[in-house]
Amino acid sequence: MLLEVQDLSVEFDTRDGVVRAVDGVGLALAAGETLAVLGESGSGKSVTAQAVMGILDSPPGRITGGRVLFQGRDLLTLSAEERRRIRGERMAMIFQDALSALNPVLTVGFQLAEMFRVHRGMSRRESAARAVGLMDRVGIPAAARRAGDYPHQFSGGMRQRVMIAMALALEPELIIADEPTTALDVTVQAQVMDLLAELRREYRMGLILITHDLGVVADVADRIAVMYAGRIVEQAPVRELYRRPAHQYTRGLLESVPRLDRKGRELAAIRGLPPSPSRVPSGCAFHPRCPVAREMCRADPVPPLYQVRMAAEPAADAAGRTSACHFWKETVGG
Amino acid sequence: MLAGAGASGPTPVPASAGDGAVPPGGRQPDSPTAPGPAAPPPPTAASGPEASAPAGEARGLWTDAWHDLRRNPVFVVSALLILFLLVIALWPGLIAGQDPQRCELGRSLQGPSAGHWFGFDTQGCDVYTRTVYGARASIAVGVCATLGVAVLGTVVGGLAGFFGGFWDGLLSRLTDVFFGIPMVLGAIVFLSMVTLTGIWPVVVVIAALSWPQIARIARGAVLTAKEHDYVQAARALGAGTPRVLLRHILPNAIAPVIVMATIMLGTFIALEATLSYLGVGLKPPSVSWGVDISAASDGMQFRNAPHILFYPAAALSVTVLAFIMLGDAVRDALDPKLR
Repeated sequence: MLLEVQDLSVEFDTRDGVVRAVDGVGLALAAGETLAVLGESGSGKSVTAQAVMGILDSPPGRITGGRVLFQGRDLLTLSAEERRRIRGERMAMIFQDALSALNPVLTVGFQLAEMFRVHRGMSRRESAARAVGLMDRVGIPAAARRAGDYPHQFSGGMRQRVMIAMALALEPELIIADEPTTALDVTVQAQVMDLLAELRREYRMGLILITHDLGVVADVADRIAVMYAGRIVEQAPVRELYRRPAHQYTRGLLESVPRLDRKGRELAAIRGLPPSPSRVPSGCAFHPRCPVAREMCRADPVPPLYQVRMAAEPAADAAGRTSACHFWKETVGG
Repeated sequence: MLAGAGASGPTPVPASAGDGAVPPGGRQPDSPTAPGPAAPPPPTAASGPEASAPAGEARGLWTDAWHDLRRNPVFVVSALLILFLLVIALWPGLIAGQDPQRCELGRSLQGPSAGHWFGFDTQGCDVYTRTVYGARASIAVGVCATLGVAVLGTVVGGLAGFFGGFWDGLLSRLTDVFFGIPMVLGAIVFLSMVTLTGIWPVVVVIAALSWPQIARIARGAVLTAKEHDYVQAARALGAGTPRVLLRHILPNAIAPVIVMATIMLGTFIALEATLSYLGVGLKPPSVSWGVDISAASDGMQFRNAPHILFYPAAALSVTVLAFIMLGDAVRDALDPKLR
C-alpha cells in the first residue's frame, strides 16, 4: 500500500468547545490507484487531506489519534523537518482555487522553478528551463513566454494547469487534489480532469481526489470513499458504488443527480441539512435524514463498517466494499 | 470583434524569450480579461516609446504601481524634489561654494544682497550656504531613522503576526509599552542623558520611539497574508518556515509598511528640527535646519531679520511636504481599492 490512513481523528478547538472534524477515518491507496473522497462541505474530507499532508493549522486543529502510513512509515511520528522534506518531493497537493494558491507577486515560472531550487538545489538557469518544460507538459501554450507572467494573467484552466505542474514537478508518488475543478467552468473541468488522469498514468502516481461532485469522479476514480459528518460511511469500487450503493446517504446522493432517463420527473433530494460538526446526532449521524432509519440507528454506538458481500457478484468481494449502514443488505438489494 | 486580433494566435515574441526570463507584461493570446480596450491605440496616450504599451495590459502589483506613479503629477513633483534634495545632501558643494562654518560677525543680520541671496544670520554666516548644508543632517536623520524603524518594526510586527499565540502576546505588549511613551518627552529625557553628539543619538531615539506604529501595521499585514491559500500551498509543496516568511509572506505584506515609512520620513525630519529647536537634538557646530531655526528664534532675532528664520523653515517645510506627498502617491499606487 502506498498510503494507509488508520483510525485518524482530528479535533478543532472552537468557541463552542472541541469539535471532532474527522472521526476514525480509514483509507487505503495502492500505488498508481485513484481514490475519490466524496462528501459535502464540512464532512471532513479536506481536513483529512490536510492531516495526511501535515499542513493542518494547529492550533486550532490537532490530530488526536490514528496513524498515517506512507510507504509503511507513520508520518505522524516524524519530525517537522522530515515531514517538510516529504512534502513536494514524495507527496504533493493541488488546491481548489489556483488563483489564491499561487503567490500573486511572483511569476509562475519562478514559482515552478522554486520547486527545483528548494528540493533539488538546481541553478537558476537550469530550474527555469525545467519549469518551462513542465508548463509545456501540462499543456500551456507558448510556455517559454508565459513563464514570465503572473498568476492573475492566466485563465482559470491555465492556472489550474500551473498548479498541477507545481505538484507534479518532483514526480511525487502521491498527489492529493482538493476539489481541483470546482472553481472551473464545466468545459474546462473535463480538460483538467483528463490531464490529471493522463499524468497519473504516465507517472504512476497515487491520486486522492477530493470532491463533492459525483460527475467528476465517475470516469477517473478506481474507488470511492464517501464521507459524512467526519466519518467514512461507504467505500467501494466506482462501478459497484454507482450501480448498487450500500449506504442510504450514497443512495440519496446518486438519486439527486439529474439524469437524462428521468427527464420530466421531479429531482429527488436528501431532506434536511448535514449536521453541524459540533452537534453530530447520536448513533448513525445520517439517521435524521434517512428514509429507512429505525430505532437502532438512533442509538449509540455508531454503526461499524460492515463488509459488503453480494452473492450475485462474487467478483466484488475482493475489492473490499464496506458500508456503515446497519441495513446495507436492504439498501443494496432495493 | 476587436478581441479577434488578440485571440487569433500568439503574438510574435522576441527571439530572446527562450530561457524563461521574459520580462512580465507580455500580452497573452488566451487571456479572458481585458480584450477590448487594448486593441485600438489609446487616443489619450502620450507620444513616445511608452505609448506602445496598451493601457489594459495586465501586470504585477509593483509594475502596476510604477505605471500609475509615472503618470501621477504629485509623485513626479515630489520625486524630483526629493532627488534634488538627496543630491545636495550628498554634494552640497555643487550649488553652495562656501564653507557654512566660515562666518564674519561684522555682517551679522545683514539682509539679502547680490552674491548672498539669503542674507546673513546672527553669527554673520551665509544663510544660503547654511540652508544648503543643513539638508544633509536633516535628510540623514530622516533616512536613517526611517530605515531603523522599518527594519525593527517589520521584524517585531512580522514575527508577532506570523507566530501568533505566546510570541504575539509578548511582542505586542512590548510594542504597546513603547507606543505609550510620548515621543517628544521620551526624546528629551533620553537625549539630555547622553553625552554623544552628532546625528546618531537623534536617529536612535527617533527609531526607538517610533517603531511601534510600523510594527502594528506589519503585524496586521502579515496576519492577512498568512491566511492566504498560497501560504498553505507553499507549505504543502515543501517550503520551510524561513522560505514561507521571506518569499511568500514578506513581499505580500510589505506594501503598507513602505507607505507608512515614506510618510514617516517627512515627520522624522520635522522631528529632528523640533528636537534641535528644543536644544536636545543636533547642536552647533552641527549644521541643520533645526539648529538654524533655533538660533533664529533666540532673543527674537527674527523680528528684525525675518530672513534668518524664513529660509531654513521654508526648506524644512518643503522637504517634509515632499516626503509626505511621495508617501501619499505611493499609497494610492499600491492600494488597488483606490484605483
